[in-house]
Amino acid sequence: MAYDKFTLLRSTAVPLPIENVDTDQIIPARFLKATKREGFGDNLFRDWRYNGDDTPKADFVLNNPIYKGKILVGGHNFGSGSSREHAAWAIYDYGFRCVVSSFFADIFKGNSLNIGILPVQVSAEFLDKIFLAIEADPNAEFEVNLEEQTITIVSSGESESFDINGYKKHNMINGFDDIDYLQAMKGEIKEFEAERIY
Amino acid sequence: MSNQASTLFDKVWDAHVVRKIADGPDVFFIDRHFIHEVTSPVAFLGLESRNIGVMYPERTFATADHNTPTINQHLPVQDALSANQLKALETNSAKYGISHWGLGHARNGIVHVVGPENGITLPGMTIVCGDSHTSTHGAFGAIAFGIGTSEVEMVLSSQCIMQPKPKKMRVNVNGTLGKGVTPKDVTLYIISKLTTAGATGYFVEYAGDVFRNMSMEGRMTVCNMSIEMGARGGMIAPDETTFAYINGRDQAPKGEKWDEALAYWKTLKTDEGATFDKEYTFDAADIEPMITYGTNPGMGQGISRNIPTSEQVEGGKSTYDKSLAYMGFHENESMLGKKIDYVFIGSCTNGRIEDFRAFASIVKGRKKADNVTAWVVPGSHIVEAQIKEEGILDILTEAGFELRQPGCSACLAMNDDKIPAGKYAVSTSNRNFEGRQGPGARTLLASPLVAAAAAVTGVVTDPRDLL
Repeated sequence: MAYDKFTLLRSTAVPLPIENVDTDQIIPARFLKATKREGFGDNLFRDWRYNGDDTPKADFVLNNPIYKGKILVGGHNFGSGSSREHAAWAIYDYGFRCVVSSFFADIFKGNSLNIGILPVQVSAEFLDKIFLAIEADPNAEFEVNLEEQTITIVSSGESESFDINGYKKHNMINGFDDIDYLQAMKGEIKEFEAERIY
Repeated sequence: MSNQASTLFDKVWDAHVVRKIADGPDVFFIDRHFIHEVTSPVAFLGLESRNIGVMYPERTFATADHNTPTINQHLPVQDALSANQLKALETNSAKYGISHWGLGHARNGIVHVVGPENGITLPGMTIVCGDSHTSTHGAFGAIAFGIGTSEVEMVLSSQCIMQPKPKKMRVNVNGTLGKGVTPKDVTLYIISKLTTAGATGYFVEYAGDVFRNMSMEGRMTVCNMSIEMGARGGMIAPDETTFAYINGRDQAPKGEKWDEALAYWKTLKTDEGATFDKEYTFDAADIEPMITYGTNPGMGQGISRNIPTSEQVEGGKSTYDKSLAYMGFHENESMLGKKIDYVFIGSCTNGRIEDFRAFASIVKGRKKADNVTAWVVPGSHIVEAQIKEEGILDILTEAGFELRQPGCSACLAMNDDKIPAGKYAVSTSNRNFEGRQGPGARTLLASPLVAAAAAVTGVVTDPRDLL
């Protein structure tokens, strides 16, 4: 599925300073019953966001109108647990294009890159600075520059660089995906397959 | 390369790289692809929208498990959304010529139980599925891991995914396990030491005599839980135990093909002198029956210990306090004697015959506690049949337990098997995340023996007292 190209993102951010946010929190299993990729954002963080009777929980950050933006900032080890890509879909569908944390679970990170969400891994110290900047001013802006591989706290100018492999970076900047790449090399795959013992 | 000592992981990985991309992932060939009803429908939609087909349908196997009811499977599925997903799996499989073991099929069951028990999972293979517990198949010396739906679409359309090669970790456990200490306790112990993110970025090889002496069922339990410490997967070098398990299974190689395969499988081990990026060694004597007290699988400890204080654990105090508050527990409390409401034995972690044998060994001659609702869910129809043949069903029935039908069930509570809010469940499954077993449910992960001890006493009980 094609996604928006990602080059430069300047936005306010939504803080979620909790560690080990697992994909069951991002989207509980009972909301995985769709056969189409539609509307998952409505159930993003469902059980942290809503009470059992579907009324919003006032103390959850997504229900606080002062926090908004296209960047979600999470605590250490974001996205652990299940491989459900629905977690990334829910984050994308809600309107986020970038998730910042000091550490990401592998599968979540891969899923995000595959659908056009940029996972930005920063140091624990820089993550604290981001949380403090949002605490001081919920309208604080951040600039994520994929070309330069930097994230900047706009008000202070403090910046840190992040890693991404050259292949994925190229894909995100151009909105390409892996399936396009693999379709173009099917001949090579066929030759490989013919030699397999299984 | 041939003169250089290499690891089991390197041998299998390197044999499956179709193309290396500079400053990018490897184009990685997949021998076996399992699909189920929840993470595949959008991948099939993707194929349609791109107007591309399935490249090697004979390399993909479909089974329905995540969303299936565990009672009255002969009746139409009541939940319309679940029924729709099951139908989509059936339709998509038929359309592309994929083998489909749907609800009611004699070989249906949880994907990670079905693959091995039918000889579809073999040493040296690469195996993926849109499910993080695909790591289970690593027990056979395969590289097996969970993938997202975009990657399911890649495998269907090209039999490859794009994967950066993970780093390598070896976890050794040596010595002899004590009474009442099972493979589940070994894995919960390792995860408690490494933490829930301690192996992220790594692929793990389990080595040492504890694993050498472990059954295939036990090895599957251990490899299954690898993802719970963040590892993409875990693997164990195949040996005589592995070969004996595979031999004669439905889709296992036969005759000359068997001999050929066996000769190859015997090369699948880490060479002397091969190096790992990280290595841990534990002593089996330090492991006791384990139980979790928090909201990730790393928050576990020996059943006789008190809940740690926030100073004793890694990570921030606010996250720890939130976790204990969710569980309704306090620092320094004893786990023993805590009243429980539900017991769940089953799942891709502990839903195999050996697990039900262990459960029955404690339940035999005792009665289910009145305050406990127990869900006993076999991993597959083949396991269900074994339970009946071996007389385990009689023991269960005598003790007041009912056997349900196969499926993922209360492990992720997609079907009706949900633990109610606030209730405590001792569960043999793999995750104790908030709401995992139902909104507000409180999960204590443990072995089948600990689950059985809780089921007959109604409280958290050390199974060694009942053996």
